[in-house]
Amino acid sequence: MPRAKVQRKSTSIDMTAMCDVSFLLLTFFILTATARQPDPLDVTIPSSTYKLKVPDLDMGILSIGKGQVFYEIVGKDIKMSTLDKMGEKYSIKFTPEERERFGVIGAFGVPIGSLKQFIMMDGEKRTKFQETAGGIPADSTNNQLAEWILQSRTSVAELHSTQMRVSIKGDANEEYPAVKKIVDILQKQKINKFSLITSAEGGAE
Amino acid sequence: MAELDTSGGGGKKGKKVRSKKANTKVDLTAMVDLAFLLITFFMLTTSLSKPIAMDIAKPDKDDNSVERLAVRESETMTILLGKNNKVAWYMGIPSASNAPTVESFADIRKSILNNKKKVADATGGRQIIMVIKPTSGATYKNFVDIMDELAITKIKTAPAIDDENILDSEKDFMKQAGIL
Repeated sequence: MPRAKVQRKSTSIDMTAMCDVSFLLLTFFILTATARQPDPLDVTIPSSTYKLKVPDLDMGILSIGKGQVFYEIVGKDIKMSTLDKMGEKYSIKFTPEERERFGVIGAFGVPIGSLKQFIMMDGEKRTKFQETAGGIPADSTNNQLAEWILQSRTSVAELHSTQMRVSIKGDANEEYPAVKKIVDILQKQKINKFSLITSAEGGAE
Repeated sequence: MAELDTSGGGGKKGKKVRSKKANTKVDLTAMVDLAFLLITFFMLTTSLSKPIAMDIAKPDKDDNSVERLAVRESETMTILLGKNNKVAWYMGIPSASNAPTVESFADIRKSILNNKKKVADATGGRQIIMVIKPTSGATYKNFVDIMDELAITKIKTAPAIDDENILDSEKDFMKQAGIL
């Protein structure tokens, strides 16, 4: 009896189609991904089961951590307009170049006095400088933070004719009184509604 | 196809020079591996870094125009946030016979659900009123966690966040329990 011959088939598969698909997806993800500005203040945000996404427009984000406050204004036009208003308020003249550079800065945490110097630094120096700057002053005698918030709100209202949303990005281990201090500043400006930024948590059991 | 003839020019003498057909197949396995690795990376980073907003509304401090309505004590649950990730809760008004219960965050959900049900049963389906009092010992995470618990337990009435009026009796109790 002749032995049944098992036919050996080639194990290589045509990968072309798979390769096409995977690169198509890759391109899609790269293009849709938005580069995230590195946070100058190292903040571990707590997690929650809320599902509401943070909007990308007309926002002011307050980062609270290590007793310091950093402020981030979303939107280049808003940033530049806010800077103008702040310059007027504290009588500091900002050149067009400085305005332009401030427009692309993410979160910042320096007193307004050293802002000019801060704007002209490059990335690495900026990070170092912020470590020693101690955030935006928010004491009752020198409340620059309140001023920043107020001016950015005015800018949003003028340029986009909507209300600015204020979000708080607090470090999970930050003591509550530190957060309360910032919330009190907000409430003084009649901002009674704000969002807390949290990271997504898997569905609660 | 765009391929270079790499054969060494002519084989046997006298015969027609036939260009060697090189195999056009390239092993794409490694390329596909790499592509999928990158896809995975981008997928994970884009969806995970998306932060979530938790909307919080606090009562207006200066606004006295709205008439303040007294709430029914029996339907009010107050949660005090203390240090070491502990909470203390009580229904109604704290007293010697109605001492706050100290609990951890893991157990508070059960208590909230319990009290919610009790209030609904006793009053014929009324919603429980929640008062959250974060004290100076609490961390920001505790606050977010408790708001999250309220969302999970589907408390529909807006919780009152009160970090101003922490009663002396509450403070005393928390000190005794070692969570302030």
